[in-house]
Amino acid sequence: MINDNNQLLYNINNLHQIYNGRTILNINHLSIYKQEILAIVGPNGAGKSTLLRILNFLEAAHNGQIYFDGESIEKTPSIHTIRKVAMMFQNPQLLNKSVRSNIEYGLKLRGKRSNELVLQETLKNVGLNQYAQNKVSSLSGGELQRVAIARTLILNTKALLLDEPTSNLDPYNTDLIEQLIRTHHKLHKSTIVLVTHNLHQARRLAHRCALLLDGNLIEISSTKDFFEKPNDKRVSEFIHGKIIY
Amino acid sequence: MPNSLTESISLILSLDKDLIDITLLTLRITLSSLTLSIIIGLPIGTLLGLSRHIPARGFIMAFLYTGMGLPPVVVGLVVFILLSRSGPMGHLEWLFSPNAMILAQTIIALPIIVGLTMASTGSTHPSLPQQVTSLGATKLQTAITILSESKYGLLAAIAATYGRIVAEVGAVLLVGGNIETKTRVLTTAIVLETRKGAFGFALGLGLILLTITFVANIILLRFGNWNNDQR
Repeated sequence: MINDNNQLLYNINNLHQIYNGRTILNINHLSIYKQEILAIVGPNGAGKSTLLRILNFLEAAHNGQIYFDGESIEKTPSIHTIRKVAMMFQNPQLLNKSVRSNIEYGLKLRGKRSNELVLQETLKNVGLNQYAQNKVSSLSGGELQRVAIARTLILNTKALLLDEPTSNLDPYNTDLIEQLIRTHHKLHKSTIVLVTHNLHQARRLAHRCALLLDGNLIEISSTKDFFEKPNDKRVSEFIHGKIIY
Repeated sequence: MPNSLTESISLILSLDKDLIDITLLTLRITLSSLTLSIIIGLPIGTLLGLSRHIPARGFIMAFLYTGMGLPPVVVGLVVFILLSRSGPMGHLEWLFSPNAMILAQTIIALPIIVGLTMASTGSTHPSLPQQVTSLGATKLQTAITILSESKYGLLAAIAATYGRIVAEVGAVLLVGGNIETKTRVLTTAIVLETRKGAFGFALGLGLILLTITFVANIILLRFGNWNNDQR
């Protein structure tokens, strides 16, 4: 059981996404529960990032029904709905401003003033409290990634979509970001959808894991079952590096 | 030459009334054209820069870049025809007035500001608009953020547009007529004074023209905090 009543945040049926006549996603059904951490794994080009963009309402699906928090999502949902979801991209683009301004950015968009205590706590959590006024151009890759996750976490959205949040990071920064995700989830109970190539990370963080192959959802199950007794042979092959793309 | 230079400097220092009038009219016409160009051109350029998949984008770009090299006398001629008594805009009675000069200069300036704004906003990372949207930005907030991120490019666009307008002579001579106290600006006055052989006065006008361009650029640079805010 993910939450008290197994309440759904996303309920998706017959989702198809097509680019230039090519099917990118073909998912019959996908349920994402409130308060769960769901890891989506799969090889490059499997449709993981496309799925995240659809979950973030950044692009409309070619067809399919998407229910978010009980609301049927039309082509362009209201800004109120859009702001219930935040996403960290695989290659986050920060604004050419200070670390502090970047972290406050999403709050300012919502017309909210940042709580100084929360902001200081966030800066401290990402280990950047000494660099609050520094321009992001002076930061290292790991620090940039930390700013990117901080600006997403501070929004306290119902859903948090993380597209390979630790790609290209060293073990220290990877561990730091994983801790941030864990702490945030513990405190705010957000639903987190994590796309990762790091199977160990999926195992460490997620309640459930899903495998996407060629746009198809092959299996979605509890992390334990996914890694220890998968139903589909392709999951086992993927986990053991036997699927070659 | 040294005599002319001395004469021009003494003219400027004596705050010659004709010089002041011509300078003020130049500033009025230049700033009006620049403001109009910014109001019209900045949103169009931003839209073109951000809409990477609009149909015929390549054709629009080619059209704009051609427009950047638009010969001012041709623009002057077209505006002259439009505003002449028998022309489609003749009823406005703008010919040989500052309004005609502003119109001509705005037409000359628009392709420059639209093209450079498009290049500047279009050179931001392709995923930036989506990333900004994913943090909760409305379409307007996204556009404002992209403009802010393209600040240096936009300031360069405004500086280039200002430079083109303030130095323009062919079109304003045609549609303004270089009428004393009414449509005489620094560039047209320089042409006239040179023809008269009044090199000192012409040089003085030239010095003022350079000075106001320099001051305008300093203001722009300070506005962009260019000294200590570079990438």
